[in-house]
Amino acid sequence: MKSFTYERVDTPAAATAAFARNAGARFIAGGTNLLDLMKLEIETPAHLIDVSRLGFDRIEATGDGGLRIGAMVRNTDLASDARVRRDYGLLSRALVAGASGQLRNKATTAGNLLQRTRCPYFYDTNQPCNKRKAGSGCAAIGGFSRLHAVVGASEACIATHPSDMAVAMQALDAAVETVDAAGKTRSIALADFYRAPGTTPHLETTLAPGELITAVTLPKPVGGIHIYHKVRDRASYAFALISVGAVVQPDGSGRVALGGVGYKPWRVKAADAELPRGAKAATAALLAGAKTSHENAYKLPLVERTLAGVLMQAKG
Amino acid sequence: MSIPDDYSISRRGLLAGGAVSAAAATVAANPEAEVAPAKPVRRPPTARVSFEVNGTAHQLELDTRTTLLDALREHLRLTGTKKGCDHGQCGACTVIVDGRRINSCLSLAVQHDGDRITTIEGLGLPGKLHPMQEAFVTHDGYQCGYCTPGQICSAVAVLDEINAGIPSHVTANLTDAPKVTTRELRERMSGNICRCGAYSNIIDAITDVAGVKA
Repeated sequence: MKSFTYERVDTPAAATAAFARNAGARFIAGGTNLLDLMKLEIETPAHLIDVSRLGFDRIEATGDGGLRIGAMVRNTDLASDARVRRDYGLLSRALVAGASGQLRNKATTAGNLLQRTRCPYFYDTNQPCNKRKAGSGCAAIGGFSRLHAVVGASEACIATHPSDMAVAMQALDAAVETVDAAGKTRSIALADFYRAPGTTPHLETTLAPGELITAVTLPKPVGGIHIYHKVRDRASYAFALISVGAVVQPDGSGRVALGGVGYKPWRVKAADAELPRGAKAATAALLAGAKTSHENAYKLPLVERTLAGVLMQAKG
Repeated sequence: MSIPDDYSISRRGLLAGGAVSAAAATVAANPEAEVAPAKPVRRPPTARVSFEVNGTAHQLELDTRTTLLDALREHLRLTGTKKGCDHGQCGACTVIVDGRRINSCLSLAVQHDGDRITTIEGLGLPGKLHPMQEAFVTHDGYQCGYCTPGQICSAVAVLDEINAGIPSHVTANLTDAPKVTTRELRERMSGNICRCGAYSNIIDAITDVAGVKA
């Protein structure tokens, strides 16, 4: 690991100011992904700003009947919150489908959103990777691509976003609240939070440098049956091959988002509209224009069959 | 902090001492070391941290890169906590911080200022074992034993998590209190790998402590 200086800050203003003051700074909260990548020298921050004690560790009701989830709320605490379990079951289900008990106890809400891909070529520093080193090439294209993206990918990168939590949040129309060095706050719809890889896969989100996530908000509950179905190589503690998160209403309408298929949790408005017509129609809309390799082509029928199972389960 | 020197000679101590003398011999044998102009040594940044381990307060000045795992093992000589993968995949390094189990390998020591840490040594020692340690012995919940401290710390925390009503991936109804079942325990212990494959005996030990029939 490269050496770095460390400071802990008490306020968001101190955090963003410290970022502006220090070249090569990174925020650290739970650190379960960042520290892993630092050990491999994939991440080499010169200065770490510990934002884990900013007080963003509460889940509060919002004026419009939704929830504001503090950026540093631990994954375990979010999954266990009585309001989340009752009104946003999809989110609770997605969280407990991810990682291990130890990791969920440490990993934070904002950190979960910002975790990096688990593409094996991103992790292998002997291989070219445009995400790790801009312009170096992509070893995954033409390589072992069983785990990789089938939608939204580019000639430069076919990595997927690994979060389960984000899939649920995408289906629930979450928004990300931030503050920048000037003290300016904004709310970014999660749908606009992740950048398509294009020719710059190393730029992953629409956050400006030094912009700090303070919370994730959820609109008021939408009711319905909440189901998160994750398909993986092991029964527990493995990343998704694909996952389906859905909220299905008694009349068959609803919303659906996919994990493991693209650079972000994948949701398509037209697919939501197709849900009452069944899994085949909805999947056609979700995965329109999919581009597969011989190794990951299985993801297309797997999404359709998993969604069919989810819709059947929702009917009871 | 200086390394305590009141240890009686052990296999581990002999090995560690041997490594130091070997390193010293290498330096002395290198002729360039004597003629090269003295380069200023750039010391890596350090930071101070205070935390409590197994009821004892510690103050350390550490290289900022030191993980909680390395602080426990290399600086406090609490070698019960094991380093397996060092990447949060195996669970051998599991300790309990402020009542929650975490992977100590994926946590910087300097982030734990003011925390209360419990390691396997803090759960119980020979002659006064924690019920979970006792149960692992009774049920033969290990073979080589390397993953065992992590398994036991995790198991103790898992029962607390079930008692606290924290749901898991296999909890049937999110709004019901989860129960101690084999299925729940297997899911909740999935972050602790045992390459000897003592899993079924580990589950027996945990269910024994929980006082339920598996």
